[in-house]
Amino acid sequence: MTEPRYDIAFKLYPYKQVAAQSTAPQRHPVVIVGGGPIGLATALDLGRKGTPVLVLDDHEGAGQGSRAICFAKRTLEIADRLGAGQAMVDKGVVWNVGKVFHGDDKVFEFNLQPEEGHKFPAFINLQQPYFEKYIADEIRVAQSQGAPIELRGKNTVTKMCQKDDHVVLDVDTPDGPYKILADWLVACDGARSPIRKMMGLSFDGRVFEDNFLIADVKMTAAFPTERWFWFEPPFKNSGASALLHKQPDDIWRIDFQLGWDIDRAHELQDENVRARVDAMLGEDIDYELEWTSIYTFQCRRMKDFRHDRVLFAGDSAHQVSPFGARGANSGVQDADNLAWKLDLVIKGLAPDALLDTYSRERAHGADENILNSSRATDFLTPKSDMSKVFRNAVLTLAKSHEFARPLVNSGRLSVPCVYDGMPLNGPDELAGPARTRVGAPCVDAPMAEGFLLDKLGGSFTLLAINTQPPSLEEVGGIAIQTLRISTKEDDPTGAVKDRYLGYTTQAIYLLRPDQHVAARWTTANAQQIATALRIATAQEL
Amino acid sequence: MSLNLDPNITDPDGFYDELLDAHQDLSKADSDALNARLILILANHIGDRETLRDALRVAKAP
Repeated sequence: MTEPRYDIAFKLYPYKQVAAQSTAPQRHPVVIVGGGPIGLATALDLGRKGTPVLVLDDHEGAGQGSRAICFAKRTLEIADRLGAGQAMVDKGVVWNVGKVFHGDDKVFEFNLQPEEGHKFPAFINLQQPYFEKYIADEIRVAQSQGAPIELRGKNTVTKMCQKDDHVVLDVDTPDGPYKILADWLVACDGARSPIRKMMGLSFDGRVFEDNFLIADVKMTAAFPTERWFWFEPPFKNSGASALLHKQPDDIWRIDFQLGWDIDRAHELQDENVRARVDAMLGEDIDYELEWTSIYTFQCRRMKDFRHDRVLFAGDSAHQVSPFGARGANSGVQDADNLAWKLDLVIKGLAPDALLDTYSRERAHGADENILNSSRATDFLTPKSDMSKVFRNAVLTLAKSHEFARPLVNSGRLSVPCVYDGMPLNGPDELAGPARTRVGAPCVDAPMAEGFLLDKLGGSFTLLAINTQPPSLEEVGGIAIQTLRISTKEDDPTGAVKDRYLGYTTQAIYLLRPDQHVAARWTTANAQQIATALRIATAQEL
Repeated sequence: MSLNLDPNITDPDGFYDELLDAHQDLSKADSDALNARLILILANHIGDRETLRDALRVAKAP
C-alpha cells in the first residue's frame, strides 16, 4: 500500500473495492491517471460524450492547500460547457484591479475589467480544491444520467507497459494489486508525473533559482479585493517581491520571494512565517495561518505530449512559473483540446493522427506560456546587475510616465491560446475580425436570450450569421449542429456583429467541439464545409 | 536599415556637454540608473522595433 503524500481537503473518490480487482484484467477504452483538475475535466468531457472512462488516483480526493487560485475566463467557459462554471463563479472572488508597488510607492494600477458582453469575468480567485470538487460534483451528476465515468481512489499505478494497441497497468490498492488494460492512457499525474518517469521520458527546460513562500491567512480585514504586488517590498524581511490576493472564505494568499539560498524548514516554522506576515499586515491584524508552503519552479515541457497510446496533459506535460496563472488554466485547455479528439478516435470516426495534433496544438500553447512566464520571471528575478538596473529604471519611470507601464511585468495573465498556423485549420475566407480568426477560441457575446457560448455545446457547430447555411447534419458520422443568428433579432448589443462580422455582413463559421474556429467563409456550400470538417479531424492532413 | 547613422544632432558639442553634465557628481550606481532610464525613454520615443533592433546590433558590434 502506498503511503499518502498529502492530506485531503475534499474526499471526492473514496476507496471502494471493485470486482475487477479479483477477476482477469479488464480492458478500458480510456484510463486517466490522476484525479486532479485536468484528469477530472478530461473524464467529465469524455463521459458526457458517452465514451467510457476510468480515473485512477493514488489518493481519495483534492489535496489540502489552495495551490492554483486564479482561474481565467476561458477556463470558466470550458467548465461551463461541462456544467460546472456557475458553481465556480458563485464561490469565487471576482477581481479586476491590480496595484503594483515598488518599495513604499505605488507604481501604477491596472484594471482587467473585461469589455461588456461576456457571461464570465476575466478572472476569479478560487482555491484549487474547490475547482476539483465542482468538476467532481458534475461527474456525479453526469453519472446519475448514465455517463460511463468511474473514479477509483487509492489506486496507485506502480508499473506500466505499452503493447501494440494497448497499455498494461499494475495498480496497487489497500486490498492488494491488480492489473488493468487501457486502449488509451491519459497521464494527468502532475509535474512529477510517475508515468513519465516509468516511461523514461525527459522533461527539459529552465530552472529558476528562487524560492517563494506561500502563506494563506484567514482574516476579516478590510483590504480591497485587488491584486497587490510589491517589487522590493518595504516590509521587514519580505524578500525581493511580495503578493497579496484575496480568495473565498476570508482567505488571503500572501507570497514572499525569498531567494535561492534559504533553509526551507526554518522559513516554514510558524513563528518565522508569522514574523513576515506581521510586518506586512501590521501588528494589530488578527489572522490564522491556514496553509504554508515553499515552492521553486521551472519552465519546461515534454517534447511530445503523445507517445503512441499514452497522452500527457497538464503539469505532467508542461510546467511554468505561477506568475500569470498559466498552470492550471493551460491544463484545462489541454483537457478541452484532448477530450473531443480522443472521443472521435475511440469511436472510429477520426484517424489516430488527430491525437498528434493534440500534441502540436497544446505544445504551441505551452511554448507561449513558457515564453510569457519566463519573461515575467526575468523581470521579477533579474539575473544580472544590469538587468536589475533596467528593471528598477522601468519601475521608477512607471510611477510618473505612462509609457513605461506596459514594460512592468509582474506576470502576464493567462489568455486563451490561438492555434495559428496549425494543421487542423481550414480556410479563412472571411474579411472578419482577427479575434475570431481560424484557430481562435470563440469569443462570447450576449444573445437575445443567454450567451452565445451557451448555445454551442460540445459538438461541431455551423454558426451561420445573417445567412441560410447548407443543410448538413453530419459528415462521415460526425454530427454537426447548426446555429443560425440574425444580427437584427438575436444580437441586442451588437456584440455578435462586432466580434464575428466586423465590416462584413454575413458569415459561416465552422466551430470545433472545443469552440475553436475551424474555418470561416462569407458563404460556403456543403462540400466546402465537409472538407473543412475532414481537415479539422485529421482526415485530410 | 531604417536606423539613421548619419550625423543628425544639431550642435553636437553642446549635446555631449549636456549628456556629461547629467552624470556630473553621480555615483556609478546612479549613473547606471540614469543611463537605463535614458535608454528606455529614447527607445520608447523611437518605438519602431526594427529600428531598435538595428540600434542594438550596431551598439553590440560598432
